[in-house]
Amino acid sequence: MTRGGWCCIRDGCISMSRIDQHGPLVDLGQERPQVPAKARNLSPIVPRASIAGRALVAVVAIMTFLASITTGTVLLVSASATEWQSEVASELTVQVRPVPGRDLDRDAAAVAQAMRAQSGIVEIRPFTKEESAKLLEPWLGSGLALDDLPVPRVIVARVQPGGTLDLAALRALVTLVAPTASVDDHRAWIERMRSMTGATLFAGIGILALVIIATIISVSFATRGAMAANRPIVEVLHFVGAGDRYIANRFLRHFLRLGLEGGVIGGGVAMLGFGFSESIASWFSGTPVGDQFAALLGTFSLRPSGYLALAAQAVLIAAITAWASRRTLFATLNEID
Amino acid sequence: MVRFENVGLRYGLGPEILRDLTFQIPAHSFQFLTGPSGAGKTSLLKLLFLSLRPTRGLVNLFGHDVSLLGKDDIADLRKRIGIVLQDFRLLDHMTTYENVALPFRVMGREESSYRKEVIDLLRWVGLGERMDALPPILSGGEKQRAAIARAVISRPQLLLADEPTGNVDPTLGRRLLRLFIELNRSGTAVIIATHDITLMDQYDARRLVLHQGRLHIYE
Repeated sequence: MTRGGWCCIRDGCISMSRIDQHGPLVDLGQERPQVPAKARNLSPIVPRASIAGRALVAVVAIMTFLASITTGTVLLVSASATEWQSEVASELTVQVRPVPGRDLDRDAAAVAQAMRAQSGIVEIRPFTKEESAKLLEPWLGSGLALDDLPVPRVIVARVQPGGTLDLAALRALVTLVAPTASVDDHRAWIERMRSMTGATLFAGIGILALVIIATIISVSFATRGAMAANRPIVEVLHFVGAGDRYIANRFLRHFLRLGLEGGVIGGGVAMLGFGFSESIASWFSGTPVGDQFAALLGTFSLRPSGYLALAAQAVLIAAITAWASRRTLFATLNEID
Repeated sequence: MVRFENVGLRYGLGPEILRDLTFQIPAHSFQFLTGPSGAGKTSLLKLLFLSLRPTRGLVNLFGHDVSLLGKDDIADLRKRIGIVLQDFRLLDHMTTYENVALPFRVMGREESSYRKEVIDLLRWVGLGERMDALPPILSGGEKQRAAIARAVISRPQLLLADEPTGNVDPTLGRRLLRLFIELNRSGTAVIIATHDITLMDQYDARRLVLHQGRLHIYE
């Protein structure tokens, strides 16, 4: 069909002139031009602001916040546990127990001397009698006469990181010098720490998986609601000849944007929370709760890689939103057809 | 252009509301579709627009057997059909101009390439001053005209109109009829579903009369 401009009215008859035959239109007769033909900023096909859209943003923001808090906490615990393990793994503790008939001070000095000569040990710190007694203060209180108690002497040795210390040889040497001495490389404690960290990580990943599943379900329902609200738009687009792919692209872009908006809000609030947590922790320092937290989680601050992980998670949840929306969208399009 | 052979339609397990429809709509033709309320006029228009599938019979549209078409093919065929529905179906968040320009937008055309065409048509249907108005503030007649303008803007090969003059005064009704006639003269086949005897009497055209699910044709 030849394209032309619309139309002219003369004495009650209509003619549709054609650009190729008569040039562009048009004698509008009594219909005077009222609005100049200027460029217009077209509204988006899917309206940006709607109650259903805002509900979807809120759902995504809340789920992203919960997922970010879970991930951040898992990362904090994991980092702190790794730090403790590396600190503890680089130390050895030797206990020299007092027995009748042996001079404890001489045994402790002999053990320290023997350990200094051992390769792989970079530092020896023998605890004095008073220092050893001080270690017992949390359990026995202060002001006790410790002379009557068989308080063992403690020697802490710092091991060269990555070095190859022969632990069996060291044990044999220490026992030879002082038969009542024993070497503790904290292996049992590290193992317990490792299993506790593993359990924490496992629980964290489990919670994260549950949060993601809950996100998919809640986003699917929120999308279904948003799609129901937008069903007239889908129908009109069908009427004007839009294919499923065209419609899907418009809606997917819309839902991806809503997902990103929710992800940025939820993830951003969580990141701010972690960013300020160091300051908040400092307000509580000196209090029993604050000290326990500091002992457990160190400075309570996420590393840059942690923030990157949270940002990636927000993008992932936005992508999940778009994917869940896509499934719902095509189901709706099939219903309409 | 359109060929129906022994077409029947029922909704679910209900009775057949259209029975043994056999007719053709030639290219460039003009016809009124009429009949009492509930006779199935809107259902027949939906069959013609491919938004319903017949429960039996053959529907051939633009040379294609509709039962063999995929979703993308149907979307392509719909671009060649304009439809005006009783409830207008305008998008409330878009201006009158944007609603009328929607078919061009869906085709992927640049706004500058159709701006003048849309504005001219809007002026002609008397909506020159309502271009930037949103549908909720338009009167029933204005919505009707906007819906008609949207249906005809892309010069479809087949135009389906369901009670297109139901909400307008007789003068504007005549004017809209002239628009349909002019569109028909420029090559579009037109089917107007209406109860309005006065409207049908204004133009001597073929009449398709639906009665008790069957179609009677008066040339």
